[in-house]
Amino acid sequence: MNIEEFIKQFALQFDDVPESEFQAGTIYRDIDGWSSLVALSIIAMADEDYNVKLTGDDIRNSETIEDVYNKVYSKKHA
Amino acid sequence: MSFVQFNNVGIKGVAACVPAALEDNMSSPYLALADAEALIKTTGIARRHLASAEVCTSDLCLAAAEKLIASLGWQKDEIEGLVFVTQTPDYILPATSPMLQQKLGLSANTFTLDISLGCSGYIYGLSTLAAYMQTGMIKKALLLVGDTISKICSPHDKSTYPLFGDAGTATALEYMPGEDGLKFHLASDGSGKEAIIIKDGGFRNQFTEHSLLAQQVDTGISRNAAQLVLDGMDVFSFGISKAPESVNLVLERFAIDKENVDLFFFHQANKMMNERIRKKLALPVEKVPYSLENFGNTSSATIPLTMVTTSADILKHGKHTILGCGFGVGLSWGSVILDTNNLVIPDLIYLD
Repeated sequence: MNIEEFIKQFALQFDDVPESEFQAGTIYRDIDGWSSLVALSIIAMADEDYNVKLTGDDIRNSETIEDVYNKVYSKKHA
Repeated sequence: MSFVQFNNVGIKGVAACVPAALEDNMSSPYLALADAEALIKTTGIARRHLASAEVCTSDLCLAAAEKLIASLGWQKDEIEGLVFVTQTPDYILPATSPMLQQKLGLSANTFTLDISLGCSGYIYGLSTLAAYMQTGMIKKALLLVGDTISKICSPHDKSTYPLFGDAGTATALEYMPGEDGLKFHLASDGSGKEAIIIKDGGFRNQFTEHSLLAQQVDTGISRNAAQLVLDGMDVFSFGISKAPESVNLVLERFAIDKENVDLFFFHQANKMMNERIRKKLALPVEKVPYSLENFGNTSSATIPLTMVTTSADILKHGKHTILGCGFGVGLSWGSVILDTNNLVIPDLIYLD
């Protein structure tokens, strides 16, 4: 897995937000349209695309997209 | 890894009852329109039936049981067992099942039992009652399952209130010598107890005046300590991993090919979660009916309610192999595989 591909998948979970707004260091809670429902989509995406089980704490303790990527990466390679 | 099988028992019929009063999420006074649209899109829950202050879970189950007994043509004095699964009983004590025995006019020789489980409750209830019946000493019995979760949600909590509906169900079990019976996988993980919890009002944290103080937990989430907490992310993560695992385990353990299962009834939690589960198991849409849109999450009642409201025309005619899978509060989860034969399913009851 690589972070570029992860950011693309992450962006797909939002409705109608241009991909340019998503960078590794983006604080995703500040993106327009972020909600607890989008968080569920992120957990589903991690399960579907990376076979990784993200918990509520994994999301709550992350700030940037890269933080989430690192959680997924470390769980995938654990 | 807990697997059990109880031979010589089967289900004869299923009935369900919901309160007549309906709340539409699109016109909910507690949700902004944009929030309502996003919520319906993700969860698939458009409306729910809500019980009035006077109506308890037991009343909904009672109506379902009366109609089912009449439809089956059972004599009440033949019914020797009653299990009631709920987390919204009439009282802290006594148990509700003896009251149901009395209200139904069943004999005082009836075995009754309350079980405190939610989303997995239908599976555990079936296993408990089937265990009592497998030797044929009890030949006819009722499993009454339901909840009125709307009563314990804060209307100002968008993470719970718009998701839950109220329902009560009745399932008739009968001794059927020679039948394969019911096959189960059952599991628990108490480390997830905080994922779905009401913190005050039990005996760990007894009810005090502080229990009623509303706290603003997050945007759109205000509740007190006597109301339901749902950690949506943890429950979601749990559901999409454990439900498919449980289904695969029960199929493997009893050497049943999923192609030979006609219908899969999952606990109705939310559409995105249920769809993720269906896709992980590579099940076709037509084998996995949903009742979420019109009833929401009705806790332990979701599986029988879905059978009654989506699949009665199929289940009433001929033989079918069905799989039920419940998962949630506890955490507790499990699956059952059973065969049905010309089930008796009266129309859904609406209670005023």
